[in-house]
Order: sequence, then structure tokens, then C-alpha cells
Amino acid sequence: EPLGLGRAATPEEIAAWDVNVMPDGTGLPPGEGDVWTGDEVFAEYCASCHGDFAEGRDAWPKLAGGFGSLDKVDPVKTVGSFWPYVSTVWDYVNRSMPFGGAGNLTPDEVYAITAYILYSNDLVDEDFVLSPETWDQVEMPNVDGFIIDDRAEAEYAVWRAEPCMTDCRDAPATINRRASDVGVTPADDGTMVESPMEALLAKYGGTEWGAERVSGSVYMDGRPDEMAAMPEAAETEAVQEANAEPTAPAAAEPEPEAETGPDPVVVAAGEKVFKRCSACHAVGDGARNKSGPQLNGIIGRPVAALEDFRYSKVFTTLGEEGQVWDMDSLTEFLANPRAWAKGTKMSFAGLKSEYDIHAVIVYLEAASD
Amino acid sequence: ESDPLITELQDWTSFGGDPITARPYGLPIRFEADVIRRNVPWLTADPVSSINFTPIHALEGTITPQGCAFERHHSGAIELAKENYRLMINGLVDQPLVFSYADLERFPRENHVYFCECAANTGMEWAGAQLNGAQFTHGMLHNMEYTGIPMRTLLQEAGLGAAGDLADKWIYVEGADASSNGRSIPMEKALDDVLVAFKANGEALRKEHGYPVRLVVPGWEGNMWVKWLRRIEVTDGPVESREETSKYTDVLEDGTARKWTWVMDAKSVITSPSPQQPITHGHGPVVITGLAWSGHGKITRVDVSKDGGMTWETARLDRGSDPKALARFYLDTEWNGEPWLLQSRAMDETGYVQPTKAALREVRGENSVYHNNCIQTWAIAADGSAENVELS
Repeated sequence: EPLGLGRAATPEEIAAWDVNVMPDGTGLPPGEGDVWTGDEVFAEYCASCHGDFAEGRDAWPKLAGGFGSLDKVDPVKTVGSFWPYVSTVWDYVNRSMPFGGAGNLTPDEVYAITAYILYSNDLVDEDFVLSPETWDQVEMPNVDGFIIDDRAEAEYAVWRAEPCMTDCRDAPATINRRASDVGVTPADDGTMVESPMEALLAKYGGTEWGAERVSGSVYMDGRPDEMAAMPEAAETEAVQEANAEPTAPAAAEPEPEAETGPDPVVVAAGEKVFKRCSACHAVGDGARNKSGPQLNGIIGRPVAALEDFRYSKVFTTLGEEGQVWDMDSLTEFLANPRAWAKGTKMSFAGLKSEYDIHAVIVYLEAASD
Repeated sequence: ESDPLITELQDWTSFGGDPITARPYGLPIRFEADVIRRNVPWLTADPVSSINFTPIHALEGTITPQGCAFERHHSGAIELAKENYRLMINGLVDQPLVFSYADLERFPRENHVYFCECAANTGMEWAGAQLNGAQFTHGMLHNMEYTGIPMRTLLQEAGLGAAGDLADKWIYVEGADASSNGRSIPMEKALDDVLVAFKANGEALRKEHGYPVRLVVPGWEGNMWVKWLRRIEVTDGPVESREETSKYTDVLEDGTARKWTWVMDAKSVITSPSPQQPITHGHGPVVITGLAWSGHGKITRVDVSKDGGMTWETARLDRGSDPKALARFYLDTEWNGEPWLLQSRAMDETGYVQPTKAALREVRGENSVYHNNCIQTWAIAADGSAENVELS
């Protein structure tokens, strides 16, 4: 018997959330996208991780190629070589991409990106237009490459037997592979966990735990020196006030910090803001390029200065024109990235709060290695 | 020789300790600060979409504390407040419904202990012994007491009349995070033991485990345990989402791939001694201990070998075993410096015996990633240190 809990879902609510697409195309919204539009949209939103030709970059997934590799050592499982249904591509791009900015693509853009990925795998011609009407024309090569779990017959039937207890091997066991020869295990006292307390602080400190716990808990037992400057409860309130007031004094006059060192309250606030950037950017000791360039020494660095990073064209051009990242240019850029650098691949809408922008810049300077 | 820790007055015996106001919510004492989740940076492209590992080598009993239970996110751990939480049931139901968090607390609820294991647990070991520690080889695993509502209760609230014959129906479940990680689950399982959970180990779920509401799919691969659960759709077929086609399928030697390999087969591992937990106390009595679990039900027996599988002795199952939950086993024995090749082998109530890696490879080849439940070997050296090895 129903308990009468909950309420009826409205058609608008169901439409907003029920966006999944079945293999036969059921659930697709109206729209269409061609390969060439897809090439452009892919370059803007996807290529920074997946490569211009969907070939994959760094450890990000390859989306094209890999044909004939499934029965070889280390198969390359791409949309073309492995994925059984176009619906899976469409649905995943639509709801989960781009990474760090999901849910903002229009149906036409999703059709176009999907068409381009199919084209990159030689599954459609260059004049192909993907839409609900052309859905059935795409043939996925590996659609019949899957079998339903057969462990019951192939494995369980064999391994359900009374186990051997003595003389179970033909010959005494010998070691043929050792993990220490591979040497890929993070060391307990190595780069992964420099000091256990620091790791605990990283897990539980500051932002996640809130002021009352910061002032009352883990730090009591042995507070590391670098944490001595962290805000106590009263200072945390100051951060909140500053957050509430976009034209906080610190935002207007950054200069004094150069003499006295950055305000730890601002740095802490900036570190929190930077969490939103950290999916794609790293800063600090050992920072490396991710899908965005590493940001060590970004203040005063010429635009597009890193030789080992593939910048969007707009940045290369700005760099050649002599543009430098300083307080002003970073402030403008972070407020509206796409307006300041038209054509940037950075899929981030921008920071609304002037204080956040100021804080994250101060943090970047303080955290630079 | 007398011990000054006994004969001399110690500070802690003389002075007061912390006031009760010191820790409104407590953490482990600082001496235990190495009992933490760890990750392997080279595993994934980005820590926002990655996994870390439970320190199973340093834990005892069977319940995993939430604070060190492994995390796997596809778009990071999101912050979703109870007052902003909505759960929708739609699709082939009589009345599509929306529940608030407060609504969920008014349904009859149950408590169950279940293990959650990522299908990729031990996946890095397919090609050979690679990671030196039970945390890294077997730590995509946790075991908690969940409080939640049976999925069948919620489905019945929306009404399954519209679904007609339930035999070929499915539910599709998805999360509220940016990955939305959708999975299809056959109706039979949904009506059996799937839970919509909102507490673990007596307290609210942690943010990293799906606060405020996650799915619990007992015995089945962790990817299906959708976190930040926001929608349940009754469908007439599987959605074939990215996480059930591109990922979480198992490529066999001939290039075909198994799909819908949901159940986690019987498995065990010795947690101590192990590479991160060497024998440091010298010769004499030693406790060999570990964990065993099966997605098919209860663990009925665990055997331990000290010679790489030539001979086996049956370990003691402590407190027996709950179905689809971690069991703790012990072999109380003696070590006098001889080299050991330590292995454990689990059996479950279906009679399934945990296979060797060679047996798995014979059926599946070496290109499989998920569902590696092979017998693990630790080599114990004369100095008591332990290493992850593979035997010929």
C-alpha cells in the first residue's frame, strides 16, 4: 500500500532530468549537427583533453582509432573500435562533457560533436549530418562484440569444487615477478604523504571543517608551523565579511602585500576559489600541465609562455603581441574568459565575485613555486 | 631491568587531559595518522575523476570507518545539502513522483551490512605483481552498516502497474554530480535487496560517499552504487550508458567483451602480514589475518597457505559471515624466520572457490581490467618484510 509520500513530478521536471537516450535513439531531442561544425565545436570544448583528432592527450581517453586491437595486448578501446552504440556517445557528451563544465552544450552541439567523433573513426563521411532521422544510418563496428556475462558456465561450473589441501602443486612455488622490481608504489614516507599530520590537515583542515572545528580539533595535538598563520574563528569571520563585500579594501589595494607578504586570510580564500580551477590547472611545487597549463609564476609571465603546452590560438597570438599576465589582465580574463580571450578552450564561465578574483590571484602568487 | 614508564610518574598520569570541549567531532589520535586513504597518481589523468584506497592493511574487524573508506568519483565529490536534495522516480510507473530528503525519512527503513568493491579492485595486478601493499592491491573496498529504504518500497510507492510484466523491465539510476554516472539494473535485483541509503555506520553518509543519499547494490560492482542518487527510471531495457559499455565490461582474449558482469565473485586477501604491515616482533607467535567476501552470499571457509599453494590450512572465521559483507579470518600460528609465500583462498556458500591468477588468465586472457579476484601472494622474508609477488 502506498504511503502517499512525495508529490507528483511535473512534466517540466521530468523533461529536465530524463535526458537519457536508448540505443535505438528513443529520448533524443530534435536537432542536428554536421561533421564540420563538429570539428569546430570539438576543437573548442574537447580537444584540450582528447586531442584535435580525438586521438587523446596525456592520460585522457582516446576516442578514435584502435581498430583491430581488441584481441592484442593492451587493446585500445575507442568509440570506433569498442563502443557498441552511438547513443552512448551522444548521452555521455550531452550530460557529462566537457569535463568541468557539464550540461551546457546545446543539442545541436552534441549532435555535431558526436558526428565529428564518428568521422574521426571513419564511420561516417565528411558530409554526414547526425540527427534523429539519420540515427539508423550509423553502423558501429563492435556492436556484436559483446556477450552477456557467462561466468556461471565458463568459470563457476569449473571452480565449484572441493579445494586441494596437500600436494597441490606439481613443483614447489617460485617467484617470477616482484612488485618492488616495478617500483610504482607510492612510498609511505615519499611524495604521497610527506607527513601524516599534513595529510590529515589536507583532508580535514580549514574549508571542509569550518571554524569551530579548525580552532578546536586536530591542531591541538601538534600544529605545524605553516598553519600558525591560518585564520582562527574571528579571522574566518573576516573572510566571510570580505566575501560579502565585493569592494573589500584588500581587493582595491593589493600593493601593500608586496611589502608585508600576502594576507593569509586572502590566500586562504583564494585557495578555496582555486579548487574550482584545480581540475585543469596546477600550481606550486612540482606543478605540471594538466588539460590547462601549470600556473607557477603566472603573475608577470608572458601569455602562452610555456613551450610544452599547446595553447588555444588566441593565446599564442596575444603572446606574440607581447601581452603579459598581470593583475589587470588576469582580473579581466577571470571575470569573463571567453570575452577576454575569444576562442579559448578553457571551458569555465568566469568568476562573478571581484573578491574571489583578487583572492585567487593572490593565492596563485603565494603558491607559486 | 625496570621500565621507567612504570616506575616513574608520567605526565599523562599526573596532568589533566583534553577537556570534553576539545573535539566536538573527533578524529583518530595523532599516533594513528598514517591510517589514511592513499592514491596512485599515475592511475588516472586527474584526481577529480579518480580513486583512492582504503588502508585495509591497518584496519581490524570488518566495519570500515567512513573517514578512510575508499573514494571513487567521476567528476569529484560534490556538496549537496539535504534541503536541496530531490529524488525523482519516473518512466514506466503509475505516478511519477518527487521526494524530498524529509520524505525519505518517513518510509520504513532497514539496516544491513554490505561490502562495496570497485570492479577495478586488483585490476592493476592482471599483468603481474605491481603494487606493493594490500591497500593498493585490494583497497578499493569498504564495508559499512547502511540505513536505507528498500528500492522496492519506493517503486511500489510510484506504482509498477504501468510496467506490466516485470520480468524484462529495468531501472536506470543516476546521480546528481556532473558525471551523473547512470547505470541500468534489472528489475529482479531492484526488487530484491537494493537499498536507497542515507546513513552509514550510524551517521550521515560522508560527502565523498554520496551525501545525502546513495544507492546500495549488495554484492554487485561499486560503480552501480550511484552516489548523490537523484533519479530512478523504470525502463523496458538497459540504457547501455558509458559505464556499462565503454567501461565496466571485460575484454576476453579473442577481443569479445563480457557485459553485465555485475556480481563480485568470492575473494580474499591477507591484510597482515603484508607489505605495509611487515612482521616486526621477531620469532614466535604471529597472527595472520585478512578479509574475505563474496557477492554471492556468505563466506563459508578461508584457507591459508604459507608455501605458495602447495599445502593449505583452514583459518578461523571470526563471528562467521554476513551475506555480501566482509568476513574477518585469523590463522594464529608461529613464525621462526622461515620464508613464507602467504596466500589466502575464500569459499562462499555456493561452493565457489577463489581461483588462482593462472586460472583466471586461462579463461579471460590478460586484457581484462575488472573483476580480478585471484589469490594474492605475499612473500615474507627472513627479516619479516613482505612483498607482493607472482608465482610460477
